Amino acid sequence: MRGKEKIIEIKHLTKYFDVGNGKVLKAVDDVSFDIFKGETLGLVGESGCGKSTAGRTIIQLYQATSGQVIYDGEDISQKKSAKESKKLKKKMQMIYQDPYSSLNPRMTVHESIAEGINNHEEQLSQREIESRVYGLLESVGLTKKHANRYPHEFSGGQQQRIGIARALAVEPEFIIADEPIAALDVSIQAQIVNLMQDLQLEKNLTYLFIAHDLSMVKYISDRIMVMYLGSMIELAASEILYDEPLHPYTQALLSAIPIPDPRMERTRERIILKGDVPSPINPPSGCRFRTRCPKAMQVCSEAVPRWQEVSENHFVACHLYDLEYISLVVD
Amino acid sequence: MSSLKQEVEDDLFVRAPLEEKVLEDFAEEPVTFWNEAWRRLKKNRGSLLGLITIIFLSLMALFGPVISNHSFDDQDLALSNLPPKIEGLGWLGFDGRDVNGKDQYEAREVTSNFWFGTDEFGRDLWTRVWKATQISLFIAIVAAVLDLIIGVVYGGISGFFGGRVDGFLQRIIEVLIGIPNLIVIILFILILEPGITSIILAMVITGWVGMARVVRGQILQLKGQEYVLAARTLGTSNVKIIWKHLLPNVMGAIIITLMFTIPTAIFFEAFLSFIGLGLQPPLASLGVLIEDGYKSMRFFSFKLLFPAIVISAVMISFNLLGDGLRDALDPKMRK
Repeated sequence: MRGKEKIIEIKHLTKYFDVGNGKVLKAVDDVSFDIFKGETLGLVGESGCGKSTAGRTIIQLYQATSGQVIYDGEDISQKKSAKESKKLKKKMQMIYQDPYSSLNPRMTVHESIAEGINNHEEQLSQREIESRVYGLLESVGLTKKHANRYPHEFSGGQQQRIGIARALAVEPEFIIADEPIAALDVSIQAQIVNLMQDLQLEKNLTYLFIAHDLSMVKYISDRIMVMYLGSMIELAASEILYDEPLHPYTQALLSAIPIPDPRMERTRERIILKGDVPSPINPPSGCRFRTRCPKAMQVCSEAVPRWQEVSENHFVACHLYDLEYISLVVD
Repeated sequence: MSSLKQEVEDDLFVRAPLEEKVLEDFAEEPVTFWNEAWRRLKKNRGSLLGLITIIFLSLMALFGPVISNHSFDDQDLALSNLPPKIEGLGWLGFDGRDVNGKDQYEAREVTSNFWFGTDEFGRDLWTRVWKATQISLFIAIVAAVLDLIIGVVYGGISGFFGGRVDGFLQRIIEVLIGIPNLIVIILFILILEPGITSIILAMVITGWVGMARVVRGQILQLKGQEYVLAARTLGTSNVKIIWKHLLPNVMGAIIITLMFTIPTAIFFEAFLSFIGLGLQPPLASLGVLIEDGYKSMRFFSFKLLFPAIVISAVMISFNLLGDGLRDALDPKMRK
């Protein structure tokens, strides 16, 4: 359920880290995609593939090495004045992975949630801020009683809800959720995800949901993007990605999801990738996945696969589907 | 895989409800960080003992000289080198008898009791010991606080800005550390005349480095914490981030370092006095008294004993307290 209006366009986003000795860690390498207003875009990939870095670069916690982040028509990756960047911060917020360390242990819940409000609306009185904080607590399923307690007095799920309330305090339009449920029990994960969906409807939010739990990502996302070692490799609507994965990596990822039926789980054939993930400091030439790909060909080591729309709204970066290459080979 | 999905219909599932909004009431008052730390500290008997001893010795240092009727520099050669005598504690050794067993008080017809005895000039040792404790503690605490201020600012700037600023500031520290502490302190005393100010200055010149390094380490670690990132995303200014997020969380480490700086300062001061570079008479610190007592250790052991006991008690207590605080303030050891 999304309109066709774009809320954010990421163009050729790159983030390299200098790791000394002239070596460079290519955490995010030329990533481009759009997010539409009101949708949830899932971003999946294994640990170290650059999804968290991408999220943090988009939200300007890291300075992008190159590329543009265009929010509501404005390029926000350029250096901004303090006032302008403050305005932006109202519109984009982030929910973090570790619920406990995302809250200052020395601040009460009230203070943590009110921080954003205090930054952007200094003119509000204490009572107004208090009632806003209570309202936010209620909207995430907590109560007034929780307001003057400290983070360590809560469970992980509750802490994450406080984190969500804090992000909502500045009334953003776009929220990047960086693995928000990875540190929680499965049953609590469900609660949080349901809460996030309810809030999305209520407040017209757009989400970028970064995760590595594929089943959960499918539940919450409209479209899903897969990353590997800093590059995008596939992007499609959730159902389609799961029913017809094109890229060999996506196929392997999906085959790793356990099936609830023990009989089927025992007898099915799993795609198991050989080898380890290469280092992002020295990624393989051509297609980064070729060292582990069961379908690697000669061309994969020579040329970087192009990002192409193979079927409607289904993009993939793989030589197997590169029509030009296929025609060349056939000839 | 798609055929499998049809077997389990989506409408077989109902949304998992959020847990009850009204949870069990929290059992107690909100537990702040300091409440909890205090609770943990109390359980540690060693640190509790240390704390009580420090409080006791501080009170004695303040009121000890007042209790006795003597002043710390009243000389009376007729009363020189009297052994300690306390009414009622004779069985503990406070009987006024010297090394040879002779009761000095009787022999010299001295009527007032000197609780810790007297020194070679007839000055009351009780008063002198507690006055000396005052001075030693004063020097140590002032030095420690100055260390704290300089160290926090230096380490804070270094850690917060990182990069080249940090590299530059750290190189300076590395040079300073390479020079032996003691030599710098001695040089300083030789240049400036020995006295309370010069001792404090000399100790601070080299002592702030420890605090700076601790603060820098803590801040470097805290900078990357997600709540600091959250504060930045929420638009909090740098000043507020330092003040509300970084400093309160560095407080624990600062206090612990402070607790260990104080005994080090006391020791240094005593050492300087012992080698003659400390305070000059009639001012006395514990180190000066120990040096005096040391000279006549065989005949008038009490002159060495009392200041030695006091200085040991102070240092051990601060170390015990510091250890206890380190355990109490370490958030990872939360139950």
